[in-house]
Order: sequence, then C-alpha cells, then structure tokens
Amino acid sequence: MNPFDFVTQTLRIAVPYLFAASGGVVAERAGIITLSLEGYMLTGAFSATVGAHYSGNVWIGLLCGILGGLIFGLLHAVATIRFRADQVVTGIAINLLAIGITRFFLKLAFDSSSNSPRIGGFAVNTSALGFDNPLLWMGLLAAPALAFLIYRTPYGLRVRAVGEHPEAAESVGISVKRVRYIAVALSGVLAALGGVFLALDQHQFTDQMTAGRGFIAVAAVIFGRWDPMRAALACLLFAAAETLQIQLQGNQIMASQFVEMIPYVLTIIALAGVVGRAVPPAALGKTGD
Amino acid sequence: MTSRFRTQLEEALFPPIIALLIALVCGDLLIMSYGQSPATVYRLLLEGTWGNAYGFGQVLYKATTLAFTGLAVSLGIRAGLFNVGAEGQLAAGGFAAAFVGLHLTSAVPWLIAIPLCMMGAAVGGGIVGAVPGYLRVKFGAHEVIVTIMLNFIVLALLNWLIANHIHVEETLHTPEIGAGAIPRLDAFMPAFHGSAANLSMVVAAITALAGWYYLFRSRRGFELRAVGLQPDAAEYGGVSVRGVWFRALTLSGAIAGLGGINYVLGYKHYYEDGLAGGAGFLGIAVALVGRNHPLGVIIAALFFATLSQGGLAIHAFVPKQMVEVLQGVVILAVAMSVPEVRRVLRLGRKPVTA
Repeated sequence: MNPFDFVTQTLRIAVPYLFAASGGVVAERAGIITLSLEGYMLTGAFSATVGAHYSGNVWIGLLCGILGGLIFGLLHAVATIRFRADQVVTGIAINLLAIGITRFFLKLAFDSSSNSPRIGGFAVNTSALGFDNPLLWMGLLAAPALAFLIYRTPYGLRVRAVGEHPEAAESVGISVKRVRYIAVALSGVLAALGGVFLALDQHQFTDQMTAGRGFIAVAAVIFGRWDPMRAALACLLFAAAETLQIQLQGNQIMASQFVEMIPYVLTIIALAGVVGRAVPPAALGKTGD
Repeated sequence: MTSRFRTQLEEALFPPIIALLIALVCGDLLIMSYGQSPATVYRLLLEGTWGNAYGFGQVLYKATTLAFTGLAVSLGIRAGLFNVGAEGQLAAGGFAAAFVGLHLTSAVPWLIAIPLCMMGAAVGGGIVGAVPGYLRVKFGAHEVIVTIMLNFIVLALLNWLIANHIHVEETLHTPEIGAGAIPRLDAFMPAFHGSAANLSMVVAAITALAGWYYLFRSRRGFELRAVGLQPDAAEYGGVSVRGVWFRALTLSGAIAGLGGINYVLGYKHYYEDGLAGGAGFLGIAVALVGRNHPLGVIIAALFFATLSQGGLAIHAFVPKQMVEVLQGVVILAVAMSVPEVRRVLRLGRKPVTA
C-alpha cells in the first residue's frame, strides 16, 4: 500500500468526522449534551443537495446546508435551554426527526425513497485527489480554528466558564443562555458542514447517507476528552483505521466488523478510565430542573 | 381526589396530550404539502390500523416489541439511569433465543422449549445490559455513552456472527429453530390471518404487570425508585446505590432482550440481521410518552405501533415517512413540555403546609 494514498484517503474520510466532532466539542464545552450530530449532518447533506440541485450552484448548496444545520441546532438549543428538555432525549429525537424529514422531503422533492439526482461538487480535477475542494481544507482547519476560539478569545472563555460553572459565570454578568444558544447553533452548522461535504463528495444525497458518522464523532469528542485538537486526533485515528480496513479488503487479517468497532471500544475504555480518565465539563447536561 | 394525586395525574397526562395536538398540526402541514386532505389521510390511517383485523393484528405485533423496549427504558429511568442500549439488547436477546432454539429438536415439548428460549433471550439482553451497569458501578462511566457505543459493538458482533458463522446460504438469517415457536393469533382466530401478532403479547402484558409489582409493591422496587429520585438520600437511608444501578441496568437489558422473542419465536422462527430495526430507540419514545409507568408504556406502545402501521395504510396518498417525522415531533414535544407543564402547574398552586 502506498503511504501517500493512505494519508490522502484517511484525510478525506476524516473530514466529516472533523467537522462533526468540532461541533460536538463546542456545544458540550458549553454544557449541552449533543447526541444530535448525526441529525445535523443528515440535514446538512440533504439541504445542500436540494440547494445545489435547484440552483445549479454548489456554493448555494453549501449555504443551504449551513442553514439546515443552523435550524436543527437552534431546535436543540430552544428545546434544551428555553424548555429545559432532557438533553439526551432531545438529541435522540432530533436524530429521528432528521431521518424522517429527509426521507419525507426526498420523496416530495425527488419522488424517490433512496437517492436524489446527481448534483455538482467542489472537486473537479481528478488529479488533485480531492485537494481542490475548499470544504476539505475547511474541515482540516476546523479543529485548530475551534481551539483558537475556545482558548484564545473572550467568547471561548465564556463557553468554558458556562460549561464548568454556570452560576459563577452568571454572577459575573455573562448571559449563560446566550453563550449556550450560540455554541449549540455553531455546533449545528459545523456538523452540517460534515454532511455537506459528504453529499457534494458523492454528488448526491442517499437515504441515511451519514450512516452513524455522527456517533463516531460523539465517540471522538469523548475520546478526545472534550478538547478540539485531541478530538481531531481521535477523528484521524478512527479514519485511519477505516482506511486500513478498506485497503486491506479481502485480506483476512481482521473481519471488517471488528474494525468498525474500534472507535466505540476505545471510547468505552476511555470512559472507564483505564488509560487516563475522560472527565466531561462539570455542568454538562445540567439544564433541567 | 386529593390535590396531590391530581397534580401528579395532570403532570403525567398533559405533556402527551399537548404533544399529540402538536403532532396533529404538523401532520396536517405535511399532508397538505403533498396536496392531500388531512381528514381523508387521518381516516385512512385509523381504518388501516384499528379498522380491520389484519391491521389491528399488525399494531398488536409492533406494540409488543415496543412494550418490551419501553418497559426496559422506563425501568432504567425510574432508577435515574438512561439505557440507550435497548436496540443492541433487543437484537442480542433475539439472537440468544434463536441460538437456544437451534439447539433444540422438535422432540422437546413446548412447555420446556419456550421457557428455555425465553430465558436465553433475557440472559442475552441481560448480559449486554450488565456491561454498562458494571462500568458505571466500578468506574463511574456514564451509562448513556456506554450504551450508545455498545449498540454499535453488539450489532457489529451479531452481524459478524451471522455473516460468517450461523446463516442460511445467501441470506443474513439463521436456520429455523427446532422448537420454542410461540403460536400466532391466527391459529385460533382466523380473522387475524396473515398478521404477525402472536402470543408474545401475553408475555409483554405479564412483564408489564410484574414490572408494576416490582416497582410499586416490592422492597427492591422501592429502593430502585428511591435511588432514582435522590441517590444520596437513598444511600444515607441504607440502600446500596451501586447495587441498585447494576441491578436496574441488567434487568432493563433483560427486558429489552426478552422483546426479541416476538420476532424470533412468534413471527419468523429465526434470527435475522437488522431484527431490532429501530424498535430499541423507539422504546425511549415509548417510555417517555408512557411517563415511565407500565400502564402508560403499554398505551404509548400501542400509539407508536399505530403510527408505524398507519404509515403503510396511507402510503398511497402520502409517503409513509410522514409517520417518522411525527414520531420525532411527539418525542421532542413531550420532552419539551414535561418540565414546562411541571413549572406551570407548580406556579399556579400555592405551597401547601401540612
């Protein structure tokens, strides 16, 4: 196997994870459990497809994808922050809702229960191996940008304060709700970009095309201990395992099902604290009454 | 009626009613977006489910699995634990039931075979439930994440077992079980002909009854609810919180696993990859809408089964995916209205001193 191919393929597989995991990190650092990354990605992929199909312009598709993620992110925010709904339940409900809505409108818009018509994409030059795709670069830069936002800006300081000790943050005049609304909306947009990348990369939307990637991102957030760069490393690790599995296909070293398990097994091990305990932000999940 | 009981009843009933109304409005919009008349579509939905024996049988069949997973999730919630792993536990239970049934010959009388297979299902699901229980008790690992991750692990493992070891050539299911089949309703009520409804629903009803007795009439159940409400106070009162956590998650897994019999023993007589098909996740919705009470869970299971079967009945007019949207809407609306209703009801009532 050519090491160059291995690296490029790993990066391409990692991009959706990198976007979604960045989204997961920012919302959870603000104290909101985000199991809805899968739903954001799916909505992002679908709205981008609809936008790109009807306008014939990929950039408008990208905008629509962002809008879709924003709406679903705000839905999660309103449910958990305004109505104090259980964050885990809300996350699961949003995933179910995203599957239902994309299927319903796939039927309504394209009269199909499996896939959309072919749409354009960013990567036009096959010899560039996908590196002429601006979304790929955005995905690779998402985590460093988020690390800067969280550790080097006033807003990031507020996010961390709100996620660790909301009462203390409130007492120094920070609007906890506002910080959380922005963080959750941002997480919707970031995760949706992962879905947009998928749809434009495959030149169509297919039913449930995110196929559990949102949950791999959740795993990466925990395995990366809620830190943007570590979560990104986890994404790269999971993507590398997947690449290895694809490249070794037919090679009976390890059944593909066991490779699929790697992210989940590693996350459970990390949670159990066998190698360095994964400790969540102190106020994570505590908006209920 | 005492005012405390009335408050409890209102707190329990208002959120599902509000959610139903919101879902109806959303349904109207979706139906009209397809250029159909809501009244016609809703009537078709009811006629195709409760209006004829076949449709009603299918509702009963789907409700049976949902009742098991709903009971499983609600038992966890009563102990303050969120079991998101019913999907994997259901599949593991179904596989275990088939595994036991495959090793029996038709010479084994049903009185022995059915309980053996059922035990297999409960043990299969129970083991999957015990893992997050153990990790929670021993390492403090949060059960929500562990159960989500375990779903993927268990489903991949079962897929590997089926694809590589125990399957009928060219399929993703096991051979048929030798013994342990549970009779279908149409065996003695011909009107149900063709529907998958079977006597597993009796097992579900008994499980609900046993769950009610355990929760509200037994010492263990009292401890479990005490831990769910106030773990620190329960510990102070002499309850082993860790013991309750482990028991609750294991038991929850076992109940979800038992749900596998509906498909394996009652319907197909083999385990098939993808058996759970989302019924585990929907169990969360059932528990939520059923307000974690066994009776409520049964009603909620019938409601969600009606929606899912109703989707097929309206498919000629509106895509059946509409009901998936409505399921999501109901869950979201209940989750949002539970704390809101509680606040409004408590604000409106003056504090009572005894």
